Amino acid sequence: MNSFSYNKVTEVAEAVADLTGHANARFIAGGTNLLDLMKENVARPDHLTDINKLALTAIEETEDGGLSLGALATNADTAWNELVERKYPLLSQAILAGASPQLRNMATNGGNLFQRTRCYYFYDTATACNKREPGSGCSAINGINRIHAILGTSEHCIATHPSDMCVALAALDAKVNVTGPYGDRVIEFRDFHRLPGDTPHLDNNVQDGELVTSIELPPSNFTQHFHYLKVRERQSYAFALVSVAAALELDGNTIKDIRLALGGVAHKPWRDCSCEEAFIGQEATEANFRALAEMILADAKGYGSNTFKIELAKRAIVRAFSEALKNN
Amino acid sequence: MTTKYIGKPASRVDGLEKVTGKARYSADFKVEGLTYGFIVSSSIAKGKITGIDSSRALALDGVLQVFTHENVRNLPWFKLRYTDLDAPSGTPFRPFYDNTIRFSMQPVALVIAETFELARYASSLIKVDYEEETHTSSLYQNISKSFKAPKGKIGYVPPKSRGNADAAYEDAAFKIQAEYKHSAEHHNPMELFSTTAIWDNEKLTVYDKTQGVSNCQFYIGNVFGLAYKDVRIISPYVGGAFGSGLRPQHQLFMAVLAALELKRPVKVGLTRQQMFSFGHRPATLQKLALSASPEGTLESVRHEAYSETSQFENYTEVIVNWSATMYACENVELKYELVKLDTFTPLDMRAPGAVTGVHAMESAMDELAYTLKMDPLIFRLKNYTDEDQVNEKPFSSKELVACYREGAEKFGWAARNVEPRSMRDGKNLVGWGVATAAWDANQMPSRAKALLSIDGKLVVSSGTSDIGTGTYTIMTQIAAEILGIAIENVTFKLGDTNLPLAPLEGGSWTAASVGSAVKTVCEDVRKILLKHAVKTKASPFYNYDPNKLQIDSGEIFDPNDSSKGISVTEIMRLAGVNSIEETSTSGPNPLVGRKYTMNSHAAVFAEVKVDEDLGTVDVTRVVCAVAAGKILNPKTARSQILGGVVWGISKALEEESKLDHQYGRFMNHNLSEYHVPVNKDINDIEVIFVEEKDDIVNPLGVKGVGEIGIIGVAGAIANAVFHATGVRVRNLPITMDKVLQIAEDDRNQVAV
Repeated sequence: MNSFSYNKVTEVAEAVADLTGHANARFIAGGTNLLDLMKENVARPDHLTDINKLALTAIEETEDGGLSLGALATNADTAWNELVERKYPLLSQAILAGASPQLRNMATNGGNLFQRTRCYYFYDTATACNKREPGSGCSAINGINRIHAILGTSEHCIATHPSDMCVALAALDAKVNVTGPYGDRVIEFRDFHRLPGDTPHLDNNVQDGELVTSIELPPSNFTQHFHYLKVRERQSYAFALVSVAAALELDGNTIKDIRLALGGVAHKPWRDCSCEEAFIGQEATEANFRALAEMILADAKGYGSNTFKIELAKRAIVRAFSEALKNN
Repeated sequence: MTTKYIGKPASRVDGLEKVTGKARYSADFKVEGLTYGFIVSSSIAKGKITGIDSSRALALDGVLQVFTHENVRNLPWFKLRYTDLDAPSGTPFRPFYDNTIRFSMQPVALVIAETFELARYASSLIKVDYEEETHTSSLYQNISKSFKAPKGKIGYVPPKSRGNADAAYEDAAFKIQAEYKHSAEHHNPMELFSTTAIWDNEKLTVYDKTQGVSNCQFYIGNVFGLAYKDVRIISPYVGGAFGSGLRPQHQLFMAVLAALELKRPVKVGLTRQQMFSFGHRPATLQKLALSASPEGTLESVRHEAYSETSQFENYTEVIVNWSATMYACENVELKYELVKLDTFTPLDMRAPGAVTGVHAMESAMDELAYTLKMDPLIFRLKNYTDEDQVNEKPFSSKELVACYREGAEKFGWAARNVEPRSMRDGKNLVGWGVATAAWDANQMPSRAKALLSIDGKLVVSSGTSDIGTGTYTIMTQIAAEILGIAIENVTFKLGDTNLPLAPLEGGSWTAASVGSAVKTVCEDVRKILLKHAVKTKASPFYNYDPNKLQIDSGEIFDPNDSSKGISVTEIMRLAGVNSIEETSTSGPNPLVGRKYTMNSHAAVFAEVKVDEDLGTVDVTRVVCAVAAGKILNPKTARSQILGGVVWGISKALEEESKLDHQYGRFMNHNLSEYHVPVNKDINDIEVIFVEEKDDIVNPLGVKGVGEIGIIGVAGAIANAVFHATGVRVRNLPITMDKVLQIAEDDRNQVAV
């Protein structure tokens, strides 16, 4: 960990201003990932702007009947919030599948979006990693890649995005409100995170100096048939090998609307709307869920140790929708 | 014999100190003027350091020194100066000795600064240049280079074959053969290694995390040329060690080096990542072939193990020998070989060897039972033996049949349908498995001191260690029992080289070894007290036969005459003694060792539920029935077995150090990615101690419970997974991809 300056701010504008003038400043909220990265010399900020005092903790209904999640509301407070539990139970489930209670008590919603991959090589400065040091190479492709991506990979990076919360946010069509030196803007969730391509050092499309202020959820009818399934090697405090956010809106047994997002398989929460559309109007049967799984994983590619994830993901999708059907 | 304290579930005497944070661990000692060290670890596994630039670190205000092989002088060149009591044969690693890199994460520099944060930051500014050489890190790819494991390490017994296993196997009606792969594992105790060293120009005081203070004293004295009497090692509390504290670790050398050079107190700790830079449970490949007659008599056992070691030492452990003693069999062939890799030397880790070999043997026994279409428990009972066929000696005691019986009854084994995939719970396939376990019941020579003061307080001490096992508590119980004073008046001290010499705490021998020394010394004090009682004129027992007297709750009395009595403190006052101090030695009886084999045993029963679609395994129930002689404290002993079972579940399903062969480096070097069970992974665990009376093993009749709890667990779980699914997963850990048989490539799954 290097030396850095530190400033605690109380206003959003002050936060944005505080970041400028430093070569490599970072916001810090819960710090559940950033501190680890700093201790490992992976992140070496020269300045930290502590945003924990900003008034961004509200969770409230929006005019259109959706919900706004303050960027600084903790993951725990969000998951157990009465409105979230009632209107977006899939999101509650996903958040509670992540990390551990201690971490969820510290981690914030905004911070969750900026979690970095848990690729072993990214965290170890003795190894090559294009995400940490562009151009140095990807050690995982020919290395230990059991936890790595099978979709949307590139020859430069096969890391995964580690979040559970973001998988549900992707399925629920969330929007991210940001503010920054050039004003406010809204980023659709599908455009928030990036695929690695030849710029794996960029995780998302937030620009330097921009601050996430809230996450907005549109009105949703996925309160009855939903399931977040996380397949992992132990039952808590482990990242997903594969996770599935599944939601259905049914008319009888006919699929009126459907959502499917996958975690643990790509550099971003993986969602393919064309696959969903193909099943609207179809019957909610195990065979159709398997067909959907085959379709969304059609281009999946394994790298040896993680090849099993392709079949595992398909099975997990079928299981998640089967569980979603049971809810009422 | 009725007892007051021995055998009773006393709570930990150190419990209050631990839960209130008063217990001080090695990193907790505050010293005036303390400086802090941070170790720089090598990024390569093999090669030469061609240059180290410390200038940017040294330029920082508050950085005192950067030690490297370039500026550390006056270290002994003679390799044996670096040895220690748990070292295997070979050349121990010599830190800062030369520019050769022998393993990944080798310490290459030590920064000393006024604060920890500064030392850590400065370490990131040190530039080390290497000339890299091709390393060898794969055990499997180098099996052809294996060689016979040499002797030299304490506790290692070379395997002994008998009969003609090959011929018996060829002729047998029922047979199986299989291979088992185990990855390396790291101990990962919760407490990180840390040392604080203080040099006052005459004497060195060291606070260290260790399982043997005298081992550290021996090592530091030899390496730095100090008289042992001038080196004091203190280690009152150890936050878990599991074998990792059996050898001096990097930070001990580093802290002492810097303290001697800078003449300032120095604290050096290892980071969690650096906890993967020293010994570990070795990766192994095992090959088993078993055969049986149609009636289920075991006709042959062939067990081979190939295990990794470093280039500089030959680490050995007893992996295959168990297969020659656990069951009756006329034809046994054993082989144990090592393969040298560019990693650090492996190190004893809870139930070293046994946990590896017994998993394979017990899986193979299950497989053979299925070939015979025999219940696996009945098959084991059929081949039960009361004789150690290797040494042709009886066991001092062996209540394994009671373990099978009581364990099976508690588990409900009789209701088991022998067919695989025959039991189901919704989406889950249910399976039940059983395995046997055995471990040595050893005793080592130990010394203990007792000091009884005129106020009736007894302080007993021995330079042993309590790594969370309950040593403080059971020694207090033994002392109170033997001397006959209230347990509240007894204090036990350990973890200090100023105390009488005790062996390394390991091998499950501390209860028997130090316990016997405590018993002996308290008996000596008791004799002196009774002597005073019968020789002091004012005593009510003047001229009595001391053998007729007893002591209880600090009162000396004659059980046949309740009219008289005198307290221990009063007799000391009357006799004019202010205190009674005795030091005694206790050791194993070699005659007994020649006549008997002494083992503890266990039977483990496990229930798993396996998600049929996803392959995830949940261990829903474990019953572990243990025969370990006299149980000194059923509460702490139960905790020991619980911990062993939890670790067994970990080994079976979760745990492995993932070694990347591109770098020759363990990559999952943190507790987020090095998986051990969380609370949610652990369900019902039932511990049974069967009655086992053993007057032969040692005067206390105890066998130790540190290891026996873990040994059979992985086998029982693997067998339960087979019973549930019909799939034999022979490579640990048993992960979903192996259960579903969709692992395309286990090149890196089994990271060896």
